[in-house]
Amino acid sequence: MTTGATPTTPEALRARTRDLLTAHPPARTDRTAFLRARFDAGLAWVHYPPGLGGLGAPRTLQAVVDAELEAAGAPDNDPRRIGIGLGMAAPTILAYGTEEQKQRFLRPLWLGEEVWCQLFSEPGAGSDLAALATRAVLDQDAGDWIVDGQKVWTSSAHNARWGILVARTDPALPKHQGITYFLCDMHAPGVEVRPLRQITGEAEFNEVFLTGVRIPDTHRLGAVGEGWAVARTTLMNERVSIGGMRIPREGGMIAPVAAAWRERPELRTHALHQRLLELWVEAEVARLTGERLRQQLAAGQPGPEGSGMKLTFARLNQEISGLEVELLGAEGLLYEDWTMRRPELVDFTGRDAGYRYLRAKGNSIEGGTSEILLNIVAERVLGLPPEPRDDKDTAWKDLSR
Amino acid sequence: MTAPTAPTAPADLLYSEAEEELRTAVRALLAARCDARTVLARAETGRPHDPALWHTLAAEIGTAGLLVPEKLGGQGAGHREAAVVLEELGRAVAPVPYLTSAVLATEILLGCDTAEAAALLSELASGSTVCTPAVPLTLAPGAPLPAPVRDSGGGTLTGTVDAVADAVAAGVLLVPADTGLYAVRAEDATVTPLVGLDLTRPLATVALEAAPGIRLADPAAARAAVAGALLSAAGLLASEQVGLAEWCLTETVAHSKGRYQFNRPVGSFQALKHRMARLWLDVASARAAARAAADALATGAPDAPLTVAVAQAYCSGVAVRAAEECVQLHGGIGMTWEHPAHLYLKRAKADSLALGTAGHHRGLVADFAELPAP
Ligand SMILES: Cc1cc2nc3c(=O)[nH]c(=O)nc-3n(C[C@H](O)[C@H](O)[C@H](O)COP(=O)(O)OP(=O)(O)OC[C@H]3O[C@@H](n4cnc5c(N)ncnc54)[C@H](O)[C@@H]3O)c2cc1C
Repeated sequence: MTTGATPTTPEALRARTRDLLTAHPPARTDRTAFLRARFDAGLAWVHYPPGLGGLGAPRTLQAVVDAELEAAGAPDNDPRRIGIGLGMAAPTILAYGTEEQKQRFLRPLWLGEEVWCQLFSEPGAGSDLAALATRAVLDQDAGDWIVDGQKVWTSSAHNARWGILVARTDPALPKHQGITYFLCDMHAPGVEVRPLRQITGEAEFNEVFLTGVRIPDTHRLGAVGEGWAVARTTLMNERVSIGGMRIPREGGMIAPVAAAWRERPELRTHALHQRLLELWVEAEVARLTGERLRQQLAAGQPGPEGSGMKLTFARLNQEISGLEVELLGAEGLLYEDWTMRRPELVDFTGRDAGYRYLRAKGNSIEGGTSEILLNIVAERVLGLPPEPRDDKDTAWKDLSR
Repeated sequence: MTAPTAPTAPADLLYSEAEEELRTAVRALLAARCDARTVLARAETGRPHDPALWHTLAAEIGTAGLLVPEKLGGQGAGHREAAVVLEELGRAVAPVPYLTSAVLATEILLGCDTAEAAALLSELASGSTVCTPAVPLTLAPGAPLPAPVRDSGGGTLTGTVDAVADAVAAGVLLVPADTGLYAVRAEDATVTPLVGLDLTRPLATVALEAAPGIRLADPAAARAAVAGALLSAAGLLASEQVGLAEWCLTETVAHSKGRYQFNRPVGSFQALKHRMARLWLDVASARAAARAAADALATGAPDAPLTVAVAQAYCSGVAVRAAEECVQLHGGIGMTWEHPAHLYLKRAKADSLALGTAGHHRGLVADFAELPAP
């Protein structure tokens, strides 16, 4: 690593990326070796600090690096497969982790050597996450925490090496105050992952049972009892990571419907035509809204539009995939395969319309339901008054459940 | 294969500093001289336009000549700046002939390559003359040009055009006739005011009886000039709709924070919060669509017709929804004549017919995006 501040202009990043490509020509370099070299050159996530895969550069400049790498046919770390780690665990560890935790976890996370999952939701705590009941009790002698409880809807738990976990460490305090945040070893004794089959027939998510699981205190993230603030960082990043991608006109879910419309005139009806055009226009406007948001960020004037993008995409994905099934007529009555599978990633393309229709139903539930996001827009963006609530100052153990 | 609809360069969807300064100037003027009470009082006299306000806006702030090149006496700015002016005019439902004179008529004249057109343009740019095209406000880009006016020889024109916007304020009318495009002085025409749905953009019937006109373009050039002007005006109308919708949302949020029912501000009820949050999303999206249209027009992007059609297909609905929600969420007060909500609802609904309905523009999208009807 060179001494002194690394220049972080677009030109400097482009030059640095070309140096990486020269030293490690993608065609003749093993995938993992290339990814390691990229991480160590600070080109993994350029806004991270030097030594942790970044250069302390503006986040928007990642696009410059990615464009160069893509043009050179460089391998990537398959962000879809490691989305939870990249989008949620990493920014939280960066914000709250000790130096040792950052050094230990960020590199294998980014390389995809260690997949992460999110152990937040519970049978009794979804939207109201702070109501969670999973207990963590400190074993004073061993210096370990002992965790008991049940998590649910945990995507990728079956592939995961680590999980971000919130647990209750003081039931006598009001619900937001007695929570602590941990990094949970998914291979530890007492962690049991059971597939939870979903609407599409496959099991993308799981139930996770935690029975006497020992978590060393060095795997606590943030202070004891301060887990809610840490969890909020995770949740904010979860919502931000949606809508961050640049899509071309007629990209995304509208693409297969438009293609079917063009290629198969026999499917066209007047009623469907009007709905298709409405949705085509809305998809184009959503693309422009995302583009405007990116331009605002790049210009250093972040607008609140980001809070809305997930809502927009959830609704559009659902309406468009619904239209697609209908357009296909008798074919729309068929489904590819109900065999229970354990997918490595969620892939909307390369599957049939029925799958898209069913999987899109999750878009308005996962990562915060649309109702909860509308509350957030109403209260934080528009400044409307909150609902009256009586659970904020009551000890968690005294709440009705 | 690249789709026929692929955008060329990414549009600039933000506002420049100069555009923000222009906005500040226009907003300050409208706040001082064009509050809702004043707008309503004027509308009730049957003469909604305020010539003094127009003079300040057009000549002193220099907004009338934004689309006109400097060598013809204009500001040499462009559609992005005109769009910002229209946002503010929409926010104030200002009764000024901006869309008709500074956009539609100006763009038509810019498409006429004659000395007479150039001379008239510099009058429009300076704000000394108001000019409106003698076409129905509902005429849409992509629709066939109606030609109810005939030339009875030597440029004397006869015919009647309905639903002409701002004709009562115009000194000159641009008349498409069978033999080309003509400039006709308003005093040579009979302008009969109509009772319009929108109190702030008045309509009139224009009747010509052997009225003398100055020919500005032959029929082919006239068709092209009018078609280009309709495209620009439709694209910029989206910005007026954004400004209007934003006012409706802001007022509704403010009202629901202060209005108590059931011992709570009504804005704390989730059913209403969600409606306002959805509206906010719609307005944010409409702004992106309108900015894209203004930028595409400003840069002459090849996909401008598609981008304009998208903006119109989307923004009309958002403006109407915002105004309808504004009336509903204000309760009884929203139904009163004193509260300005009705001015916005009437403008929003009229705007949704102006320059082509959303349905018409979706039809254009179908053509441009190659998604044909069955
Ligand atoms: C595909 C998928 C993947 C997921 N992956 C993960 C994961 O990896 N890790 C993880 O921890 N969780 C995961 N989840 C869980 C997800 O975060 C929760 O399902 C979600 O937060 C909603 O919680 P809930 O299911 O308990 O619904 P509830 O909170 O019980 O909600 C039921 C209904 O009530 C509505 N509602 C609740 N509260 C309010 C309110 N205050 N106002 C208005 N309406 C309200 C909701 O919007 C919903 O419609 C996943 C979910 C899905 C569908």
